[in-house]
Amino acid sequence: MANYSTNEFKGGLKVMLDGDPCSIVENELVKPGKGQAFNRVKLRNLMTGRVGERTFKSGDSLEAADVMDLEMEYLYTDGDMWHFMKTDGSFEQYAVEKKALGDTAKWLKEQVPYTITLWDDKAISVTPPNFIELEVIETDPGLKGDTAQGGSKPATLSSGAVVRVPLFINQGEVLKIDTRSGDYVSRA
Amino acid sequence: MLDWQPTATLETLRARARLLGEVRAFFAERDVWEVETPVLGHGGSTDVQLASLKVTATTPEGPERLWLQTSPEFHMKRLLAAGSGAIFQLAKSFRDGEVGRRHNIEFTMLEWYRPGFSLNQLIEETAALIVRLLPQSPGPVSHYRYRDLFRKYLAVDPFSASAMVLGKLASKHAGTDMGGESRDTCLDLLMSLVIEPRLGQGELSVVVDYPASQAALARRHQDPEDGAWVASRFELYLEGLELANGYDELTDAEEQRTRFGEDNRERRALGLPEVDVDGRLLAALEHGLPEGAGVALGIDRVIQLALAKKSVAEVMAFATPRC
Repeated sequence: MANYSTNEFKGGLKVMLDGDPCSIVENELVKPGKGQAFNRVKLRNLMTGRVGERTFKSGDSLEAADVMDLEMEYLYTDGDMWHFMKTDGSFEQYAVEKKALGDTAKWLKEQVPYTITLWDDKAISVTPPNFIELEVIETDPGLKGDTAQGGSKPATLSSGAVVRVPLFINQGEVLKIDTRSGDYVSRA
Repeated sequence: MLDWQPTATLETLRARARLLGEVRAFFAERDVWEVETPVLGHGGSTDVQLASLKVTATTPEGPERLWLQTSPEFHMKRLLAAGSGAIFQLAKSFRDGEVGRRHNIEFTMLEWYRPGFSLNQLIEETAALIVRLLPQSPGPVSHYRYRDLFRKYLAVDPFSASAMVLGKLASKHAGTDMGGESRDTCLDLLMSLVIEPRLGQGELSVVVDYPASQAALARRHQDPEDGAWVASRFELYLEGLELANGYDELTDAEEQRTRFGEDNRERRALGLPEVDVDGRLLAALEHGLPEGAGVALGIDRVIQLALAKKSVAEVMAFATPRC
């Protein structure tokens, strides 16, 4: 793989650090009045999701990470692995481990496109769409007439996620949910 | 659509114009006259830490390589040698590769020279100018010796600590391996990451007595504490931002010639391009530069602080990425 020098560092660039692929979040030039320049770099470790800061001498370089984001539809799980298929018409499938799936496990729905991050052609993370429509499979019965603001109650969705919904929502309804916050948005 | 609009608001640019007017008034009151010198020169800055931009120009001599100045120092010193007396300039200066919140490749340097001034007199004048440009008092002026700051914040004496100790400290703060780096690189890193952010908080901080290896165009003297050689220069900080860099000016042509040569040797060793030495500056020094002090101040940064902006780009009409 190629190397990137500090002056090529910019947000979103994927590089290798301590053996893990990382995404550059921020890069700031630091330079004393008369002296060596440095780059103070914020990086997100793509394996752990953690963001850390490192300082490099300007002009130093890091190896590029063979990382790419692909859109894939969720197909099914066999219990060990979760299977996705590329949406580019190639029908190519990728199997994803539980660890890479992470929190996205609770937002899975067949035929919905997810962003799969591949490192050296292996899936390392799965990002759900920002909004997803899911059916309520269990919640307390809706309160008739209570369509305005008021309290909320827990509802279990078809993907397994439990979210807070307004009191008027009934079992069997399909809801629009923001996957980033886990918040109810509206009826679908 | 292309981002054609200014990086500063028009309101900011008007405020900038007013502040530059204040600078001119300040020097007029003190009988320091404004000069204009070329941004192009036959010689460039050999400083290993600065990257000069060069251009090819067609002159009566044919195609010639000229350098864009990293500061107006060389031309202004030639005026001093010619007998100008105290002078100042608001000069466009260029440093390749320097773009960021605090940097822009092309920026404005406020530089002035005070024949007959001691370094302390110049520090006082620099602080007075900055105070005048700020909307409220930045607090008192405090002086610190470079080595005392390292002792205070890092519990290490930067002059006597071994390269290994400095390398370990630098690696710890950088989160990357700095073990193989030079003493100066480690010191620069610790200064930038650990010390600078603590300077100029509720005061104007003046740092003096830098390591002799970081003297650039300043004289050197011995630290009375233990005879260690230090550079006769200062830097001034406010809110963790370095604003000014002043020298008790080196007037010895031979010493200057040697330092330029050392710079270019180091450039070769590091695989950096060599820079043409400014022969006319050396000739002017041979003729004689009056004893005195000079300072370069990043006026964009002062304006940034005066107007409470987050980056220099916000006080420039068109910062480099949009020029």
